[in-house]
Amino acid sequence: MNFEDSPEEAAYRAKVRSWIAASKPDLQELPVDQRLVWTDGHKNAMRQWQATKSDAGYACITWSKESGGAGGTQIEDVIFSQEETAAGIHDPYYITGLKMLIPAIRKFNDDPKSLARVPPAVRGEEIWCQLFSEPASGSDSAGLRTMAVRDGDEWAINGQKVWNSGAAHADYGLLITRTDPDKPKHKGLTAFWLKMDTPGLEVRPIKTMGGDSELNEVFFDDVRIPDDQRVGEVDDGWSVVITTLMNERAAIGQSAGLTWSDMMDLGASVPTDDGTVMDDPAFRDFIADLYVDAEARRLIGFRILTAISRGEPPGPEGSAGKLIWSGLTQGLGSEAVDLLGHYGIVQDSELSPRGGAFQQRFLWSAGLRIGGGTDEIQKNVIAERVLGLPGDVRVDKGVPFREIPSGR
Amino acid sequence: MPGIAGLSCKAGRGGKGRTLNFDYTDDQKALKDEARRFLADASPLTVARGVLDNPEQGYDKELWARIAEQGWCGAAIPEAYGGHAFGYVELCALAEELGRALAPVPFASSIYQFAESVLHAGSEEQKKAILPAIASGTSIGTLAVTEGPGALSVKRLAVRFENGTLTGEKLPVADGMVADKAVVLAVSSNGPRLVLVDLTGSGVTREAVSTLDPTRGAARISFENAPAEQLGRDGDGFELLQRIYDRAAVLLSFEQVGGSDRALEMARDYALERYAFGRPIGSYQAIKHKLADVFIRNEVARVSAYLGAWALSSDASELPVAAASARIAGCSAFWLAAKENIQTHGGIGFTWEGDCHFFYRRSRHLGLAIGPAKEWKRKLTDRLEVQRGAARAEGKAA
Ligand SMILES: Cc1cc2nc3c(=O)[nH]c(=O)nc-3n(C[C@H](O)[C@H](O)[C@H](O)COP(=O)(O)OP(=O)(O)OC[C@H]3O[C@@H](n4cnc5c(N)ncnc54)[C@H](O)[C@@H]3O)c2cc1C
Repeated sequence: MNFEDSPEEAAYRAKVRSWIAASKPDLQELPVDQRLVWTDGHKNAMRQWQATKSDAGYACITWSKESGGAGGTQIEDVIFSQEETAAGIHDPYYITGLKMLIPAIRKFNDDPKSLARVPPAVRGEEIWCQLFSEPASGSDSAGLRTMAVRDGDEWAINGQKVWNSGAAHADYGLLITRTDPDKPKHKGLTAFWLKMDTPGLEVRPIKTMGGDSELNEVFFDDVRIPDDQRVGEVDDGWSVVITTLMNERAAIGQSAGLTWSDMMDLGASVPTDDGTVMDDPAFRDFIADLYVDAEARRLIGFRILTAISRGEPPGPEGSAGKLIWSGLTQGLGSEAVDLLGHYGIVQDSELSPRGGAFQQRFLWSAGLRIGGGTDEIQKNVIAERVLGLPGDVRVDKGVPFREIPSGR
Repeated sequence: MPGIAGLSCKAGRGGKGRTLNFDYTDDQKALKDEARRFLADASPLTVARGVLDNPEQGYDKELWARIAEQGWCGAAIPEAYGGHAFGYVELCALAEELGRALAPVPFASSIYQFAESVLHAGSEEQKKAILPAIASGTSIGTLAVTEGPGALSVKRLAVRFENGTLTGEKLPVADGMVADKAVVLAVSSNGPRLVLVDLTGSGVTREAVSTLDPTRGAARISFENAPAEQLGRDGDGFELLQRIYDRAAVLLSFEQVGGSDRALEMARDYALERYAFGRPIGSYQAIKHKLADVFIRNEVARVSAYLGAWALSSDASELPVAAASARIAGCSAFWLAAKENIQTHGGIGFTWEGDCHFFYRRSRHLGLAIGPAKEWKRKLTDRLEVQRGAARAEGKAA
């Protein structure tokens, strides 16, 4: 076990660091309101960045060269994303497609039509979104109701999805539908990929509490999908869901954001009578705890990658990693605004430290505890799959989907 | 709750002959019920949303007028200064209801902070001149203390009071755009002073700043030789401010209790109605225990606030300790209730359209208003040390 860069890794790090510095997009050129994620300006800059990476062999580093990757190692991939983060690049557009959905599609489909979607995704020409959750099916991800009914070579889709990150900016989606409501709920699901401009499909942005429109509702009114865009077998969509969620846990383990060093910068910038907040023993304790959790989360990410690189499915430590991350992020946002004192209420791009990034984190972290599996669901996973405790009494097990109580 | 300590009667420490009735009296309860009914009609959450979506308003004018009509602004202001002198416990009861309704009005700034400053530190003429308009709600006041990031410090105060004028900048000033008067903490050649200033007068420029809780606006206020007068005749402004803050802490803690209760009720209602895996989510222990934890913090906040109300209404020497505990308990209860309310709601709790984030925002707005809980923890421990030292010295002398 070695967490220091080996000489080759250090050389790789030095190489990508200087390449990133020389090639990265300059967001300062954009109008202020277009520098934010989920705006067209930001998205286009990141699209360009993905193409630049792809040309230089830095997109999908671990994928084989034939599939558009660089044939590199997991460690190289991690080093590259660490350096990207360090360079201030925040790109939420491609992770869903490249780390979660495309790998799932490739696991189940090897037909030319499906595989044709891979290269443009790698080059950043096509953005993907995940169309799983529904109004009555979030934590209970097998409880979905969007129906797909076979009609010759096509399927007719009717229903609604919700909380779909980036759907308004996406070109393609991976959709899970119900094909047999008379089977128990996990058994009657089928997955498809589809173009987001397919007739009958409508995306409506949802404003989140932070004020952005990352999330969306997606409506399906007799949307037609050809059968050759089905992913996996009919009524075996649950396997696709599980594969995607496994990929998601692994991907989540890597994403970053404000962390202990940003908090130390903030602490050092806030004056006290005889120094700065950095001199406050209570704050120093906070930093130490924050560091331990942030590091643990990063290292748990390595354990997941170790499993993946050995060809094993990532274990439930992913749940621990996500819980640690969501907890520390809300704690960080809360502490940051508190240490500013009454001034912490100010959320202004000029007046607030880091242009209000800490206030933004304070608001956004509430969603982090929900998206990608809630805190409570992650704890259930740990209790049941790691500790072997019995599951909750299930009233929906083995029951035809139609007969499950739903509260409305 | 028969049997636990009337806020109206003294629940002093000695225990000699104290009536155990630690609750609102029947009259106070009636007032509180009436306030709840009134606010259910006058201040549904759509009113807060109206201000959130149009933050340039800073507050809801019509609601403010209706609240003023009820006489609430003068609840704790003596009749001699145009108030109704219902009493402090009554004001606390109203604060609890305003907190529960998330009323988007400058009540906390004008009443708990500005009016308390004038009552506590002002001269007789100042009280007579200023308080009647505050009590009737025709004038709005605020307290301008903060100048920049970090804990309040006399050493770093830059706003100066010299020759009857004020110069410098305060940021943020709660309700600073809608107030017409302010009490300002400033340094003078005699040390820190509390100073009264007319915000509509010369030498004052203000600009709205966006904050975590747009339903209670804030401003950046610059003074340039703005005419001002000292509040009261003498007294160290920083010391006075601490005593005013203690009073405001108790009143704010009631708003926090009201907000926490409401957030818990929302979460409970949703947990009953939302199904996952074929069962109401409230049937999962993860949700039950979460909401039970919130309930416990709310109860801690409630009893701490009650003791604070008693100390405030009876000018008890226990006020500094009781106020600090009420503040700490109120901050932690409202934060927990607000964030776990979102969590219980899942995705819908994270949306702008849902109401959960109002509470999340308001909990932090109130939690930072007179300095964060961490500053009050330091104050509380200091005060406990002093109290214990005094008790020991008394014991030795006896
Ligand atoms: C920022 C964000 C991004 C998202 N991105 C996507 C996306 O791209 N694509 C997509 O399809 N979805 C996405 N989601 C949806 C997300 O997966 C769901 O919101 C999440 O799974 C919770 O579902 P829900 O909102 O229906 O809440 P519910 O499932 O209704 O949960 C409500 C509460 O009940 C609790 N609960 C539920 N079941 C149990 C149980 N068995 N035991 C204990 N507690 C329980 C939950 O923990 C929660 O506290 C996103 C959500 C967010 C907030």
